[in-house]
Amino acid sequence: MSVQANIVPVTASDLLAKVRDLKSEGYRMGQICATKVSAGFEILYSFDKNHELLNLKLTVAEEEEVQSITSEYWSAFIYENEMHDLFGIKIKHIALDYGGHFFKVSEPTPWNPKK
Amino acid sequence: MSYVTKSPWVIHYDGSSCNGCDIEVLACLTPMYDVERFGIINTGNPKHADVFLVTGSVNEQNKGVVKQIYEQMPEPKVVVAVGICANNGGIFRECYNIMGGVDTVIPVDVYVPGCAARPEAIIDGVVKGLGVLEEKRKALASGQLTAPAAPEESEQAEEQEAASEENGTEKVEEKEEA
Amino acid sequence: MGKRTIIPFGPQHPVLPEPVHLDLVIEDETVIEAIPSIGFIHRGLEKLVEKKEYTEMVYVIERICGICSFGHGWGYCAAVEGAMDVEVPKRAEYLRTIWHELSRLHSHLLWLGLLADAFGFESLFMHCWRVRETILDILEKTTGGRVIFSVCKVGGVRKDIDNETLKEIVDTLKGMKKDIKALTDVFLEDKSSKNRLCGVGVLSKEDAIDLGAVGPVARGSGVVQDMRLAKGHGVYDELDFEPVIEEGGDCYARCKVRIGEVFQSIELIEKAVSKIPEGPISVEVKGNVEGEFVTRLEQPRGEAYYYAKGAGTKFLERMRVRTPTNQNIPALVKTLQGCDLADVPMLVLTIDPCISCTER
Repeated sequence: MSVQANIVPVTASDLLAKVRDLKSEGYRMGQICATKVSAGFEILYSFDKNHELLNLKLTVAEEEEVQSITSEYWSAFIYENEMHDLFGIKIKHIALDYGGHFFKVSEPTPWNPKK
Repeated sequence: MSYVTKSPWVIHYDGSSCNGCDIEVLACLTPMYDVERFGIINTGNPKHADVFLVTGSVNEQNKGVVKQIYEQMPEPKVVVAVGICANNGGIFRECYNIMGGVDTVIPVDVYVPGCAARPEAIIDGVVKGLGVLEEKRKALASGQLTAPAAPEESEQAEEQEAASEENGTEKVEEKEEA
Repeated sequence: MGKRTIIPFGPQHPVLPEPVHLDLVIEDETVIEAIPSIGFIHRGLEKLVEKKEYTEMVYVIERICGICSFGHGWGYCAAVEGAMDVEVPKRAEYLRTIWHELSRLHSHLLWLGLLADAFGFESLFMHCWRVRETILDILEKTTGGRVIFSVCKVGGVRKDIDNETLKEIVDTLKGMKKDIKALTDVFLEDKSSKNRLCGVGVLSKEDAIDLGAVGPVARGSGVVQDMRLAKGHGVYDELDFEPVIEEGGDCYARCKVRIGEVFQSIELIEKAVSKIPEGPISVEVKGNVEGEFVTRLEQPRGEAYYYAKGAGTKFLERMRVRTPTNQNIPALVKTLQGCDLADVPMLVLTIDPCISCTER
């Protein structure tokens, strides 16, 4: 299984501190992407500096709350609301929280349907 | 084209299209294809429009918008579904947030196939729609038409004929003259 | 001080080609705040990876957007190729670069037309689209499609362009330069255009970096950021690529960046045609995707992310596309603050929004 060298695992408690470091080093937030895995969710945070890519990978349990990074990168609100609406990931303290009305979908959390 | 005596105005709404059909609809208005030579004008106001061009399929969020635009248009009116997504959902049919073609929400008069629908096909579809418009106008005048009829299977078959019908050849001749 | 009013803008609006919705909080004629809401054309196509094999998925991904469709196909293929360690033949990479730059040409000409329309210059809109048809003719001749091409596949491309046709393309493009110059001069020199563009919607360099703006929006604010400079994106490193940067940060600067890129794309295609090697255009790809890969490329609207993850079956576990408009919405919200209500349509356009990209 090939794993890209620039994907670095991170824990939920370290996330915000790590993101703060990256911000002070001049990294730009690229995107946030969630994947449903059997243990819960994998969340991939991508950052860029001088056209070099760096990814942080956070694995969380299904019901675990994730800290928002909008305090560091305001533009993350788009991705965090998207993850909340499509996957049902609980994210706390989003700067601009749409409360589940960002994407209007016919069934809630289509990527992680509740039975 | 003798029946085109009026100047039909069209309104365009992008359902959940990929933009492919939308830019082709716009391309129809520009000098290369130039539908304005048929007197067709693109308007943004539903109350000014005779023909409703819909691209892309409908979903939970935009079905109300599509319905509202349709209801605001004065009778007689014609709906042209442009592109395979507007016809029946197309490649996105299996997506979780797609309800299907435009005919799941409003009655459709002309189906234009294609992914993306070519400008020639769109012009053909609109010209075909003008025929329907004229029929509806007559029906309305004689009091036969009251409410818009529900879409029927036969209309799809009718559309398939459209490609081979004389409308198509007529249009090409017209283009050569222009 | 006037009364505060909220005006809903969109999704169906005479000046909007696409369904974007903004709630504009206005005071008299000045916008105080803009709150975007999206989701009108969310299809959920990323989830189709569970139903389509990874080799078929490229046709779905191409249909994320009909304007930058080639780039999406390429980005997806690059992500899958990265995860599978597939090396794509050089000629295929050159062909991809040529098609990608042709897409940029048609996209930027399309955008220039829409901008002209947004500031009420209808004949300029018509002329931009007239010129654009020549690019579409080239694309149709080489790929078979006007807006959706389906020429990219995992492991290379499906069609070759013979050298004679390549030369014809270069001649056609060279011949277009004069025509394009005549149009772009109107945008850059005409008094009425400058009146609408100069000093409107200024995005400072600091804000552009802070809000993570990408593409011509960032480059118009003086940020040196272009994924064509990044490693492993096409053959740009062999074409002496230098990004177009403007310092102004206003609508005029963003317009100027895109105009610069129109001429730059023509040059890049000329260079690529002079350097393209002979050889195969694809390699056979065996097996399934196992592992994950993140890649980026520079779309006409800016940087786009592609993420592919597979667990050894013919269906991917996750496919993710992050499109440039997604990243430019925060910058748009910022530039809308304090602008005149009458400038809103034009400001929305200068980020070159692609909503069907954003919502997928």
